Amino acid sequence: MSLEITNAIVEAIPRFEGYVYPNESGTHPLWGFLIVLYPYITGLVAGAFIMASLVRVFRVKPLEPVYRLSLLTALAFLLCATLPLLFHLGHPERSFQIMITPHLTSPMAIFGFVYAWYLMAVLFLELWFDYREDFVEWSKTESGFRGILYRAFTLGVTDVSDKALALDHKLSWIISIVGIPSAFLLHGYVGFIFGSIKANPWWGNAIMPIIFILSAMVSGIALCVFNYMVLTWVRRRTLDLRCLDVMGMFLFYALVIDATVEALDWIHRAYSAEEGFHVMEYMAKERLFYTLSIGQVLVGTLIPLLLLGILQVLRKRIPDAVRKRMYFCSAVFILIGVLAMRWNVVMGGQFFSKSLRGVMSYKLEFAGVEGWFMGLILLSLPFIILTVLIKLFLAERLPTSGHVPHRMEGI
Amino acid sequence: MLGAVSGALAGLLSAPAARAAKATVQKVFASSGAPNGYDPYKHKWLMCFDVDKCIGCGLCVDACKTENHVPQASHYFRTWIERYIIKKPKPGSDRTRGEVLVDSPNGGRDGFPPTVVPREEILKSFFVPKLCNLCESSPCTQVCPVGATFDTPDGAVLVDPNYCIGCGFCIQACPYGCRFLNPETKTAEKCNLCYHRITRGLKPACVEICPTEARIFGDLKNPVVDDPIQAFIQKNKVFSLKPHLGTEPRVMYANLDKEVR
Repeated sequence: MSLEITNAIVEAIPRFEGYVYPNESGTHPLWGFLIVLYPYITGLVAGAFIMASLVRVFRVKPLEPVYRLSLLTALAFLLCATLPLLFHLGHPERSFQIMITPHLTSPMAIFGFVYAWYLMAVLFLELWFDYREDFVEWSKTESGFRGILYRAFTLGVTDVSDKALALDHKLSWIISIVGIPSAFLLHGYVGFIFGSIKANPWWGNAIMPIIFILSAMVSGIALCVFNYMVLTWVRRRTLDLRCLDVMGMFLFYALVIDATVEALDWIHRAYSAEEGFHVMEYMAKERLFYTLSIGQVLVGTLIPLLLLGILQVLRKRIPDAVRKRMYFCSAVFILIGVLAMRWNVVMGGQFFSKSLRGVMSYKLEFAGVEGWFMGLILLSLPFIILTVLIKLFLAERLPTSGHVPHRMEGI
Repeated sequence: MLGAVSGALAGLLSAPAARAAKATVQKVFASSGAPNGYDPYKHKWLMCFDVDKCIGCGLCVDACKTENHVPQASHYFRTWIERYIIKKPKPGSDRTRGEVLVDSPNGGRDGFPPTVVPREEILKSFFVPKLCNLCESSPCTQVCPVGATFDTPDGAVLVDPNYCIGCGFCIQACPYGCRFLNPETKTAEKCNLCYHRITRGLKPACVEICPTEARIFGDLKNPVVDDPIQAFIQKNKVFSLKPHLGTEPRVMYANLDKEVR
């Protein structure tokens, strides 16, 4: 009886304004908070990898202290990237069909392969070649569970002659070069999943993949700044300020390009004012005011641009302690802003009817698969995995081999 | 690289020989509800609407819900009716029409309550039945990651509930709001033209029950000259919904107003 009353009340509450197609008038949008997290996490992976590539491919020496941390960050988040998708499916037990009988015209099907390619052919291989020499070394010095683990990770290849190591480095470099377009492909494809939906004027947009890639780079670099600062703080080590400055510089330029392209997108939408623009305008001003105007534009873009811009111009005049705090705040603001951006894309596209005559409302709940508590768990999971990875592969007491050009002196 | 390979494979699948092979595979593996011996190549089903004939009684919506076990809640419909009320422009206005009000209470299943708009303010009012538009280039089929949604040679767009993973991509891709995620089966669902009926020589439930013959259903490959669908298309100027999206809907409407999306 009480369930019936609850249902009757829920049915009676107006969930939309104007006219929405009857199939759109349900209590929740089809794609909820989990699907917001999916592009967010995937973007962090791509961004963190590109951060690592700056060292490996573009030889940005000052960033060496964060090279391995960036790669491990990418791995930790990549391992969790498909979880939100999986939990969201009506039939998760059938998800393997995407890989076994893929429908080749579907962006979602191809994403499965792009993901697998990126995980198996890029990230695992790059990490393995980078760590192989260390694995051999550590398998000799470490005993117990760790020793077994490092021995297993060598995969039986214990040749650490100069010739073998030179080959390792060469292969690692090649994988990095392949990895950059792969990282772009990974997150560009996520953008394409949304951008390819022509039924939805909020999503159906040719530059959606580019916006996704750029925001991914920004969020990934910000995450590396965050992780690096937190890790050095936890370990009571001294921050390498040169490294931080260079990360801040890349973060600033990536943010400038990202903000420019996103602004261009909005200018284009407003100028061409195609069918449905009046709904989008309403959405930006009303429904998404806090997440778009405050979260994405002010907190996620303008304030970090200001902070990082000041740091570019007045770096030498700002005391170190203030600089560190400014970098940290910029990184955190950007991470919040990009999450808001993902929310605006995913939820924004579902807050208005495809009849373009009405808008829906939505309240993020605490409990349930699509609730924010579940989201929090899914967002914490990569950090937990990263902690384990750091304990295993970035442990302070483990010496890194002299042959590796990327020493982790900073941490 | 991957895009090029998948593009080439997709192109290969559209070659005539491959298309026939694909249809055979579908016949063997997909659950369509058609009886044994039904040959989809001998038919091309189509449904059209005469907007002027619809009285918004809602019998079609009710028949569809009953026939296809559509969930009873007011946000799951394989077919529904929309009521359009176009108000007169304000006095002195240079516009041809005033505000447009659209509603579909419970999908029109219980008919429509009297409008609150005074009669003298109404320029015109009409009902528009909606269902799957049977797109020639159906975006729902295109985006389905596992091929659970598929086009049949006889013109229907079907969903295999035993294969659907419930990702909802097709629901997002449908421009017409025709799909929903069934809360019981957790799979995507939409109008299938009552495939279990039409493949046995019956009409879809909504067509069968329509008292004004606003829904016209027929077979374009029917050799009989006075097939209702062929006669309808010959006699009327027809229009489809959202043609600018390039989905090429096969469902046609006669006497449609520009306000209908």
